[in-house]
Amino acid sequence: MKGNRFVYYVREGINSIFNHGFMSFASVCIIVACLLIMGSFTLLALNVDSIINSMESENEIMAFVDESYSTADAQSIKPGLEAIDNVSSVIFVTREQAWDDFLDTYSDPGRLGELGPETLRDRYVIYVDDISIIAATRDAVSRVDGIADTTVHLDIAKTLVKIRNIVTIASIALVAILFTISLFIMANTIKLTTFERRDEIAIMKMVGATSTFIRWPFVVQGLILGLLGSLLSFVMEWGLYTLFSDKLMAGAELSLLTVIPFSVVSIPIFIAFTVVGLGVGVIGSLLAIKNYLKV
Amino acid sequence: MVRFTDVFKSYENGTKALRGVSFEIADGEFAFLVGPSGSGKTTIIKLLTGEIAPTDGKIIVNDYDLTNIKFSKMPYMRRTLGVVFQDYRLIEDKTVFENVAFAMRVVGASSKEIRRRVPYVLELVGLDTRTRRHPQELSGGEQQRVAIARALVNNPRLIIADEPTGNLDPARSLEIMMLLQKINELGTTVLVVTHEKELVESFSKRVIAIDGGKIISDGMGGYYNYER
Repeated sequence: MKGNRFVYYVREGINSIFNHGFMSFASVCIIVACLLIMGSFTLLALNVDSIINSMESENEIMAFVDESYSTADAQSIKPGLEAIDNVSSVIFVTREQAWDDFLDTYSDPGRLGELGPETLRDRYVIYVDDISIIAATRDAVSRVDGIADTTVHLDIAKTLVKIRNIVTIASIALVAILFTISLFIMANTIKLTTFERRDEIAIMKMVGATSTFIRWPFVVQGLILGLLGSLLSFVMEWGLYTLFSDKLMAGAELSLLTVIPFSVVSIPIFIAFTVVGLGVGVIGSLLAIKNYLKV
Repeated sequence: MVRFTDVFKSYENGTKALRGVSFEIADGEFAFLVGPSGSGKTTIIKLLTGEIAPTDGKIIVNDYDLTNIKFSKMPYMRRTLGVVFQDYRLIEDKTVFENVAFAMRVVGASSKEIRRRVPYVLELVGLDTRTRRHPQELSGGEQQRVAIARALVNNPRLIIADEPTGNLDPARSLEIMMLLQKINELGTTVLVVTHEKELVESFSKRVIAIDGGKIISDGMGGYYNYER
């Protein structure tokens, strides 16, 4: 591309933005609104996923060893448990350790009377990789010789998986819908510009301008509007997210929640916003100008 | 050079605009294309500029075969043409200079070339003192001169003028025709599409008359052939 042509495309693109100031402003606002909603849902999905991942790591299968097994026998079961699919780690807890842990959580140990560690069983705490197949893992654990009983909070696991699936599907659907809306509005904004300039375009065609030459200023216009929209929405998303997460973390009751710091996701979010903003701008421009270039 | 060979054109609504039209305009020639409304004049212009394609027949314009020209080649064919319309079709927010320069810029001319060529063409059409005016500040005749300058600026081989005097009084019409004749004398082929009898008769040029989508006469000597 010749230098003077590049200057011409950029100048014409910028002129068009200012000549149609209101529509340019409207399309940037729409891009900002759509990207903010898209970004917020993506961040929500990421946070839900992060929380579920941390809960997953805490969601365990408790496998109790047969009372007839000595502690040494009970410990010999461990390799068999570790070999089961989906098991990420296995921790052996003796009845004495379990009793101590129990006492730690009991406010009035004096009321337990004569009870002691012998009332409990040796046990394994088993962590899994994938919470969605924890029931199958529990069944496999139950079939290991020496395991007398197992407990797992299946309802919690199911709920967590359901929440994650819903949030993921809703986020994907919303992002797709909002992308389409942004594209439609951007295309119409630029279509309005091209409609106002249809005589100019006709003259350009008449004197022998190539389609590329006619198309580029509109593409530049879309690029600038898209980029502006994405940068503004990134800054706003940053501010809103930080504000929201600070308030959330400040709440004493919710202090167990962990929120992903914006700095961790800022680069992927910036790239995603820029790509979507530019994509909406360029595709919208190409759709808008298409009909005028057919002759 | 323009060559129509047995050209037919039917529109989607069933209108048969051209029924076997054949004619040839040699390089450097000046010709009028005359005919009443609906005779097929506009269809011939649209075919010449590549706006529409013929249903049948063959069209050659300045060495381009328009019957099977690639879409990507069309702009280059159009650069060999200069088109002037009855309603001038100038860009209102551009000055006279910018309107003419615009035609050069869109075909990739450099700023240096534009600064050299545009004043020359504006002087040729007698508008060298009006370069900074906007179209709405000019008379109809002057606006048509700007349109002619724009058509001329890329040095086309053929100028097609579609009713160039349709919005002008007789004196201005004659001026425009004299200008087109001058351009022709400088070597550019000129085809003027009109229905103005007096204007055609005041020039002893070739007249191609069309009616009902057919050529009804083609020869030197004014408008009488068409009125037959």
